[in-house]
Amino acid sequence: MIYADNAATTKMSDAAVQTLTDLLKDTYGNPSSLYEFGQKAKEVLEQARRDVAEAIGAQPNEIIFTSGGSEADNQAILSAAKMGALKGKKHIISTAFEHHAVLHTLRKLEKEGYEVTYLDVHSNGLVTASQVADAIREDTCLVTIMYANNEIGTIQPIREIGEVCKAKNVTFHTDAVQAVGHIPVNVVDDNIDMLSASGHKFHGPKGVGFLYVKKGIKVFNLIEGGAQERNRRAGTENVPGIAAMATALKESVANLDSYKAKLTPIRDKIIKGIGEIPHSALNGDAVSRVPSNINYCFEGIEGESLLLLLDDKGIAASSGSACTSGSLDPSHVLLAIGRIHDVAHGSLRLSLGEDITDEDADYIIKSVREVVEYLRGFSPVWRDLVAGKKEFIL
Amino acid sequence: MALYSEKVMDHFRNPRNVGVLEDANGIGEVGNAKCGDIMKMYLKIEDDIVKDVKFETFGCGSAIASSSMATELIKGKPVSEARQLTNKAVAEALDGLPDYKMHCSVLAQEAIESALKDYESRQEKK
Ligand SMILES: Cc1ncc(COP(=O)(O)O)c(C=O)c1O
Ligand code: FES
Repeated sequence: MIYADNAATTKMSDAAVQTLTDLLKDTYGNPSSLYEFGQKAKEVLEQARRDVAEAIGAQPNEIIFTSGGSEADNQAILSAAKMGALKGKKHIISTAFEHHAVLHTLRKLEKEGYEVTYLDVHSNGLVTASQVADAIREDTCLVTIMYANNEIGTIQPIREIGEVCKAKNVTFHTDAVQAVGHIPVNVVDDNIDMLSASGHKFHGPKGVGFLYVKKGIKVFNLIEGGAQERNRRAGTENVPGIAAMATALKESVANLDSYKAKLTPIRDKIIKGIGEIPHSALNGDAVSRVPSNINYCFEGIEGESLLLLLDDKGIAASSGSACTSGSLDPSHVLLAIGRIHDVAHGSLRLSLGEDITDEDADYIIKSVREVVEYLRGFSPVWRDLVAGKKEFIL
Repeated sequence: MALYSEKVMDHFRNPRNVGVLEDANGIGEVGNAKCGDIMKMYLKIEDDIVKDVKFETFGCGSAIASSSMATELIKGKPVSEARQLTNKAVAEALDGLPDYKMHCSVLAQEAIESALKDYESRQEKK
């Protein structure tokens, strides 16, 4: 199988598995216990905190371990909103193509009387710092904009956005779940106040993540209970999971240059090869995108069928098609960049892993071409397009 | 467990009666407003019998399998029987569909209904 769905989740690295299993077996003490065995677990936990902090240019006491990216997003946004309300500020700025962990949290806040401005995303999948500057008001308490988009891989100008927020004294959170471990991220250089990340997107385990909170920014805990994480996240810490995440992150960050050097040409080769399919279009900017992401729309076909046939050919990928969503709505990300429903329906996301080879790339290109051609062969929509009864969009 | 039954996957991978009938005398095209999928049925009816049937589908795996199965269920059958084909029968013949994919079989039923209606209106005009 060619696993090309690394944006959904990644395989754990050998080193991370080793850390996890060793600790599960031998370091099961509770870090809150005072005896030596508990303190051993505490030491592992604090080393992981130092490692995670270092990987993003933060201080150890600025890291809160969570159950993943979703929890980190929820905690960051709800905290900033609550802080804002205390000062009479109930306006939030975000974008239309955030992950649901952000969007659904914002929707909840809207129901509670907050006002949210969703910035339009340009057709290349980017927002600009000046859009943010224009949207900031006296009562803006938070700007939350993702670092890299999970579907189309576009990298936002986070540093510039952070600068704008800093100058206007507005808290800036970024969902960096698809960025951390994939591209260089430095919370200080990038002017970030809060950042969410998730272990399973960079070869760590699932169900573990972290929230970076800059010193001086207040957060509230979502989960009440013990005094873990300096009173900001109750619950006995998942020490093996957290340490395995730190191991994976250290590795990923150490290999960022080789990761980029290896994946970029393969990504671009696939983009070019698939781009030769008539009436197809790349989603998202070709340059400002993570090295692993390829996302295409094909006119006249539907994405779930495409995925099932690629699966038969041993390729695991994903789609923003309505038919794969359960809700029967096409991807809000593709709609946000201006793809109409019919076209968003025929989308394909490939997210590559480090183990991809040049031959895999050739095979992917060939397979996608075959499958698209096959499905178009009995698509009534394609027939109408070819017959000129409908206008091509792509 | 796989998303779909073996039957669904079989009809999806090897759809029966796929394509266009040049001499069709009943053609129906329907779309699902919700997911945006489109299905087209071509019927060739002679002596009140569905002599031949073909389909084209722009849609998910379950929509393609449903259209394929529906064509099999009505091919060679009297029009009166074809008219009574329900989406439930299609789904059952496929060994079931996930709940949120039942509407795909509705599309197959509606495409056949629409093609039969077209056939009838053509007959009236004669
Ligand atoms: C951009 C983004 N944010 C948040 C999440 C949620 O992370 P988790 O699965 O760790 O809760 C994901 C992963 O699906 C993601 O891609
Ligand atoms: S027809 Fe769209 S989900 Fe099946």
